[in-house]
Amino acid sequence: MTQPAVLLETIDLGMRFGGVEAVSGVNFRLTEGELRCLIGPNGAGKSTFFKLLTGQLLPTSGKVLYRGRDISGAETHEVARLGIGIKTQVPSVFDGLSARENIWIAASRGRPTRRANEMVDEILSRIAMTGVADRPVGQLAHGQRQWLELGIVLAAEPELILLDEPAAGMTHEEVVRTAELIREINRTRSLIVVEHDMQFIRMIASKVTVLDRGRVLVEDSMENILRHPTVRDVYLGKRVAA
Amino acid sequence: MKGRLLNGGGWNVVGLVLVGVIGLGAMIGLPMWLELASLLDITVYLILAILALSLALVWGYGGILCFGQSAFFGLGAYAYAIAMFNIGESTIPFILSIVLPAVFAALLGYFMFYGRISDVYLGVITLTVTLILFNAVNSTAGPEYHIGEARLGGFNGIPSIPPLNWPGFSGSPLDLNDLFYVSIALLLAVYFGLRWLLVSRFGRVMVAIRENEKRAGFLGYDARLYKLATFTLGGALAGLAGCLFANWGAFVSPTIFGLGQSAQIIIWVIVGGRGTLIGPVVGCIAIQWLTAWLGTAQFTKASLAQVVGPRVADALTSVLGFADLSNTNLVLGAILLAFVLLVPKGMVPTLLDLARAVVNRRRPAADLVSDKAEGAT
Repeated sequence: MTQPAVLLETIDLGMRFGGVEAVSGVNFRLTEGELRCLIGPNGAGKSTFFKLLTGQLLPTSGKVLYRGRDISGAETHEVARLGIGIKTQVPSVFDGLSARENIWIAASRGRPTRRANEMVDEILSRIAMTGVADRPVGQLAHGQRQWLELGIVLAAEPELILLDEPAAGMTHEEVVRTAELIREINRTRSLIVVEHDMQFIRMIASKVTVLDRGRVLVEDSMENILRHPTVRDVYLGKRVAA
Repeated sequence: MKGRLLNGGGWNVVGLVLVGVIGLGAMIGLPMWLELASLLDITVYLILAILALSLALVWGYGGILCFGQSAFFGLGAYAYAIAMFNIGESTIPFILSIVLPAVFAALLGYFMFYGRISDVYLGVITLTVTLILFNAVNSTAGPEYHIGEARLGGFNGIPSIPPLNWPGFSGSPLDLNDLFYVSIALLLAVYFGLRWLLVSRFGRVMVAIRENEKRAGFLGYDARLYKLATFTLGGALAGLAGCLFANWGAFVSPTIFGLGQSAQIIIWVIVGGRGTLIGPVVGCIAIQWLTAWLGTAQFTKASLAQVVGPRVADALTSVLGFADLSNTNLVLGAILLAFVLLVPKGMVPTLLDLARAVVNRRRPAADLVSDKAEGAT
């Protein structure tokens, strides 16, 4: 029996800000083609973890391996070139430019202009933004900006996609469509999704890693996670009660 | 149909054609209509417009707040002058006047961008660099300060700089008419060259980095490298302007590195409009023309008194602390303030916005009228 290849692995990864250990001793492993959800209460270290994966922060201990290669301490653009794409929590897009130009910038790195031009139209229709393609994205609604950023990430064709709260601020229909889009992306790519919305996670149904106070609390399927007493205590209990 | 032409890409084509026609018209027409003295005045506006374009690129499109663009301008002028006294034929001095500031910009840029310095700190560092150059060159008055045949001259500057000659023909120097043609041709070449750069892949990524450096990094673009290339190109263009400037007056002095010169370039870009190329060119020419006009006009206390009465004139001049109200710095300061407060986008973008608003408002109105007319008949 052949094990699926490990795409991303962190070994004893830790990040300390002064006296605060935002991430400590995280051993995380993602196999190729996997869709993993990352949950945890505010301040659990999810965003810091993403920053460590994408070269925005230099870990204070441990390391990040991508396809067995140590990428801790690499520059952001180097990490991106290895095939890791990220959608940040607050949409990070090129505000003054049109949606079309946003996607083109993402598509054109490392590709001939003609191929990039073709990709722009494909992606615009995939994220249903052909109609507003020429508007400055600063004027778009929040949900559209979320999708645009997803489109930007897709245009770069990364192997591993990190999504930080992709459904935040969306209407119910938008959330459903986003979940569909993520499942579709997962057919060809690996993903790590940080999300608060339990319904959303159920929609994309996958293995879930729970972070709490910088540590991995538990790693299991969604059903088991929901039954897990400690998880209910630290995270879900409050939500369910509310 | 007409309205559609004037949207998006249509505007760009109209703008390009307009600049080309006006540029060529000026190139052919001005020497015929104007006497040499006026032509010489205009030549310096054109040369400074190239300098304005260099900052329009670096600040307006690259998003790099360079407060010391005059450093590269001055280095270009000094490099040309010093090389010219040593070589005598202008081909190599001309090249040096572009390459030396570019290399200097590349070195300075390397430490700034790879040191992750950004925003206002870039402004502080670049301003400091040009002031250091000012002080350094200012204190080289003695005869012991010389590079080869060229004496640096300190605060006295370098006079009688030999003019450019046609490449390879040291016996045929450019006269003042020729300098006009060369300056306007180079200005147009720089303008259209930058327009081309901005639609190229490099230019588009450069603008994207201005908009969101972090996102560009997430997409695999090394923002530092792009910023360094932009900054270096800006240095090269400022150096080219410096070379022409040294030719124009046959003279260069340390004031070229000074605070006044640096501030002026920024004012051209703010007044003309950041994020456009034609704006800073127009801003530069307008401000220079105004400065020259103020220099000759007599706005003294006496003439002011005739307009507002002696008491008001008295009060005004004592409050401002200037006896001569045509004080150039005072007027430039007032213009800068007015623009920052009232027209923050600058002249050209504001006019374009207005033109677009008029076109967009007239189009539906015109349709409405024609519908009504049809309905009536």
